[in-house]
Amino acid sequence: MDPFVSHTGRAVPLRRSNVDTDQIIPASYLKRVSRTGFGDGLFAAWREDPGFVLSQPAYAGATILVAGTDFGIGSSREHAVWALADYGFRVVIAPRFGDIFASNATKAGLLPVTLPAGAVAALQDAAEADPAAEITVDLAGRQVSCPAAGGVAVPFEIDDYTRWRLMEGLDDTGLTLRHAGEITEYERRRASWLPVTG
Amino acid sequence: MGRTLAEKIWDSHVVRSAAGEPDLLYVDLHLVHEVTSPQAFDGLRLAQRPVRRPDLTLATEDHNVPTTGITGPGVPLAGPGSPVTDPVSRVQVETLRKNCAEFGVRLYPMGDDGQGIVHVIGPQLGLSQPGMTIVCGDSHTSTHGALGALAFGIGTSEVEHVLATQTLPQLRPKTMAVTVNGALPPGVTAKDLILAVVAMIGTGGGQGHVLEYRGEAVRELSMEGRLTVCNMSIEAGARAGLVAPDDTTFRYLEGKPHAPKGAAWEAALDHWRSLPTDDDATFDREVVLDAGTLSPYVTWGTNPGQALPLDAAVPDPGDLADPGERAAAERALAYMDLAPGTALRDIAVDTVFVGSCTNGRMEDLRAAADVLRGRKVAGGVRVLVVPGSMAVRAQAEEEGLDAVFTEAGAQWRSAGCSMCLGMNPDTLSPGERSASTSNRNFEGRQGKGGRTHLVSPAVAAATAVTGRLTAPADL
Repeated sequence: MDPFVSHTGRAVPLRRSNVDTDQIIPASYLKRVSRTGFGDGLFAAWREDPGFVLSQPAYAGATILVAGTDFGIGSSREHAVWALADYGFRVVIAPRFGDIFASNATKAGLLPVTLPAGAVAALQDAAEADPAAEITVDLAGRQVSCPAAGGVAVPFEIDDYTRWRLMEGLDDTGLTLRHAGEITEYERRRASWLPVTG
Repeated sequence: MGRTLAEKIWDSHVVRSAAGEPDLLYVDLHLVHEVTSPQAFDGLRLAQRPVRRPDLTLATEDHNVPTTGITGPGVPLAGPGSPVTDPVSRVQVETLRKNCAEFGVRLYPMGDDGQGIVHVIGPQLGLSQPGMTIVCGDSHTSTHGALGALAFGIGTSEVEHVLATQTLPQLRPKTMAVTVNGALPPGVTAKDLILAVVAMIGTGGGQGHVLEYRGEAVRELSMEGRLTVCNMSIEAGARAGLVAPDDTTFRYLEGKPHAPKGAAWEAALDHWRSLPTDDDATFDREVVLDAGTLSPYVTWGTNPGQALPLDAAVPDPGDLADPGERAAAERALAYMDLAPGTALRDIAVDTVFVGSCTNGRMEDLRAAADVLRGRKVAGGVRVLVVPGSMAVRAQAEEEGLDAVFTEAGAQWRSAGCSMCLGMNPDTLSPGERSASTSNRNFEGRQGKGGRTHLVSPAVAAATAVTGRLTAPADL
């Protein structure tokens, strides 16, 4: 996973709420057995509409998605994160996220940033007024800024551990295996009647 | 200070707790299927890591498998006579088989008597037990919370993490009590109850919380009804939903293949009886419903929170004060091709689906069969009845339900996720409209351009008879 410290890029304003992971990547695109190549399926049904914001050439190359509330609800498919990342997004900003999506995003180096609805709307306004407007998402400083949106600089919350892990580009599995002894110790204490699958 | 059920399970599974870090939780049962696991096994191979506890891991083939042409154990995955015609689906199932063989994970393959939807087979085998932690790369893992287990969906990176370590780093969730007082009126089911809860809380309202369903109406639900309720916790934004274990739970579990036996059963019972939320425990939030006010619910829009009683009419977006909600409702009505003010009972469907991890168990099939017995499916309506597991299928056939369905004009299928999610041959075509006992009415969920109304099995069956959204009491 690439470390994430700070990112500056152009934004796509997605003025829709309840964007579920079936919209982000429809099930028919989930059949690959690799982690790559999912960008083609990103918002596949909506992108058929030339009026859809992601279909507009002005937003080509944007790296920050600014969406409505409850982004990423529904299915646990991490393919939704892979599709956004494969397409080129590094950050999704929304007033609220589906829990599993937000967790998946941080495992794959895509930063989910929760901002108040007013700040999200201001960023969407700025990106609509000028698709070239840049937003800076500073994970180190826990702040989103956008000179085009009246110099708005909004702090965001993220727990210390996830922030550290993203800034270092570390994956959880290696970190957890440092505590293999504690896992073994826990296993010795488990009740003998707990089921096994064999 | 008392603790809630969720807090007790959490505390007893903490392997490691350190300031400024998520707790490291032990996982008692890891369920695996073909869609969200290939990249996880790949990750293990790359890092040369084994599966730490194959004996706590179980795999099944459910999302991609067809529900026709399954002739029995050993049904071929490829070549002539194989029911799997989509080469990409075949690769995904083949990959799961190779991975399970390589890493020593038990697998119930297509055609096997043990095969079924991952959330149907766990409880059916007695593997899902009170007080356990259960995860799966599938958001409907919340289903197993009906047994009093802390069960939640995870992504593929987390699947890899659990395979490698049998643990997960997790931030402690908040708790929300969903208290349903009173008794459900006759003809109102667990599905109607949870649709009403989701409509009340909203699709994001449970975000960051574990739900605990409480109150008289929940206590009175059968285990299968509780499974239906907990299944849709994620539709209210909550990763997990729980019901405290009680005699209903213990009666359900006793004698199941993987349930403890003899002295172990007594030891387990002692532990399980200590799990319910203490009287002096507090929840971070509570919502209260009166079961007596509920009636059959159906969805009209494109998320599960957009549900109303069947007696109601399609809402007018213009009545919504919040601009975001108004825009979402307008968009939903355009997609669903519905006009505000249309009576929900006037909505005609061309497809009815009974099945899924929400409503693919015995009681669901019995409820549908009770409505269809001696009746005929309306002309031009396609009805799929898909048992949640091959064991459910066998039991239903023993009870003669298959004959009830086929004599009514419905199709009797083999086990799988089927038309819940548009990943296998069972899909809606563009513009088709279904009454579906599944869990999601998202745009295109059942097939590109398809339109979904979520309903209970009884409403699905009555709808099959009339061709319009209908409750059994209307017949």
